[in-house]
Amino acid sequence: MTKVTPLDTAFDPHAADTGVLLEVRDLEVEFRMRAGTVKAANKVSYQVDKGETLAIVGESGSGKTVSAQAIMGIIDSPPGFITGGEILFRGKDLLKMEEKERRQIRGDRVSMIFQDALTALNPVFTVGWQISEMFQKHRGMSKSEGYKRAVELMNLVKIPSAAERVNAYPHEFSGGMRQRVMIAMAIALDPDVLIADEPTTALDVTVQAQIMDLLADLQQQTGMGLILITHDLGVVAEVADKVSVMYAAEIAETADIRELYQHPYHPYTEGLMRSLVRPDHKGGRLSPIKGSPPDLLHIPSGCPFHPRCDYVQDICRTDDPPLREIVEGRTSACHFAEVFSND
Amino acid sequence: MTDLSIPTEVVTPEPLTVPPPGKQGKPSSLWSDAWHELRRKPSFIISAAIILLMVVMAIFPQLFTSVNPRECSLINSIQPPSSEHWFGTDLQGCDYYARTIYGARTSVSIGVVVTFFATLVAVTLGSLSGYKGGYLDTVISRITDIWFAIPLILAGIVFLNALGSKGFWNVCAVLIVFGWPTMLRLMRSSVLSVRELDYIDAARALGASDWRIITRHVLPNGITPVIVYATITVGVIIAVEATLSFLNVGLQLPAISWGLMISVAQNRILASPHLLFFPGIFLSVTVFAFILMGDALRDALDPKLR
Repeated sequence: MTKVTPLDTAFDPHAADTGVLLEVRDLEVEFRMRAGTVKAANKVSYQVDKGETLAIVGESGSGKTVSAQAIMGIIDSPPGFITGGEILFRGKDLLKMEEKERRQIRGDRVSMIFQDALTALNPVFTVGWQISEMFQKHRGMSKSEGYKRAVELMNLVKIPSAAERVNAYPHEFSGGMRQRVMIAMAIALDPDVLIADEPTTALDVTVQAQIMDLLADLQQQTGMGLILITHDLGVVAEVADKVSVMYAAEIAETADIRELYQHPYHPYTEGLMRSLVRPDHKGGRLSPIKGSPPDLLHIPSGCPFHPRCDYVQDICRTDDPPLREIVEGRTSACHFAEVFSND
Repeated sequence: MTDLSIPTEVVTPEPLTVPPPGKQGKPSSLWSDAWHELRRKPSFIISAAIILLMVVMAIFPQLFTSVNPRECSLINSIQPPSSEHWFGTDLQGCDYYARTIYGARTSVSIGVVVTFFATLVAVTLGSLSGYKGGYLDTVISRITDIWFAIPLILAGIVFLNALGSKGFWNVCAVLIVFGWPTMLRLMRSSVLSVRELDYIDAARALGASDWRIITRHVLPNGITPVIVYATITVGVIIAVEATLSFLNVGLQLPAISWGLMISVAQNRILASPHLLFFPGIFLSVTVFAFILMGDALRDALDPKLR
């Protein structure tokens, strides 16, 4: 028999209130493919506390989704392999857990919203069936109880006339409503941590704002930790407390949201800021970062950002700067973070 | 209705809020859409009617004839169709209509039993192979490839000859053992494509077990092509059984089956063509109905073909 610690004692929300809720430490993920081995996460570290929103920002292919997949245990293996690091949930390493124990955490304590809710919902079952399944499987509720809770949840995520729509199929909903259904499923069991992987990318702008408001509301009500993965710095500014910027499978910089916007400690972050449209922007051209993000199969030597960096020095071409704490609560992976920050 | 500030007397626009036909707020799914499509399809209606008729004939042959097909008198040997014996009589003087009706039972049950078990094997191993991948997939796929290379008829001839006794279950067993490879390949490739979809990851992220993911997410979404192919397979198996019986390696007298009747008729085709004609027609119509049904299902279940 495998020993499974009862959920009540292991994850009592009051037992470890002071500690960090979820911490990713030096996570390394590789994808071994015929063309070569891709390091999709290279010593990635971040943490999220109760009630806090951490945004992970980066371009497509920067590895921001991979760490979330590692937390959820949904990396396709092969070709994906977690080759190092720890993922601590309330101090326990998820990567060392038995599959059975881990499955009790998935969806229940740590949950996830996917980018495209059209493809993330099963097309052959009604949304009510899919939401109530969460209650039936994880909480042992009856079918009718599950449906009742499904309607409550659909009301909570503000789906109009939920009682009627509970028996509708995913394709009968609009994109924004589908994403609400996905959110309802993800928060059904009142998780401690919710990971939202580009929750608004597939939606149009007005709906994006509604979905972000909804997530912010729900977070306030439940006090869950939220990890928001996005490439949209506008979204980040509105909801995040902390930001980790990723570049070429590494964390370039982590900082409090205000400090990051006022004063980036990494040239890449600065480049991102410059390429934003801001209300105070008076005419002229935006200045995007020159070049394009590297292919993860051929990451440049030294600092992965050096070919695109305006401040590049010789050391950047040979030595990959480690992520280090520059001032209290701020980390940066730039050789010249201190110099750069005083510019 | 939205109030657009267009002068109303200029045009009377078509109302824009007409619900799409056939929906009317009812939930629609792949299957209910398909049903909606099928109901209006002549090929489906015809094949369904024939299949239904054959199934009823197989279960309740008494509904169609009160004559016992095994009650024969040699006085009536080989009579052409008449008002008394609609399909004539055979060499033993048995009523050929009654025998043809009773033949449906064997043919249809062999088709259904073989297809059911072959599909069961194919779906189980195919979805395991496709979902789990890796080593298991390699082993299952290679075995399937080897099996695939053995023609069904050839396997039937060889193994039924080797078995000696050729009862209903022996024929079924041989056809099941050699009948699953195509469907397994179909199931595997279907599962491979479903497995990559986001809702499989989403289900796993929300704590579903492998068993649950396979039964609730992979199978319902991936089984369609197999259902279509299985429908066609019923017809194919009926034809294969008839072929084996004709070649004298399938069912043996005193069993009643269409293939067997055709086999017995082969020496007298020119003198008494009705001995070939009636079981032959029943056989081809049944096989045709299952294949037509398979085609109709494929068209209805594949939204791309609509």
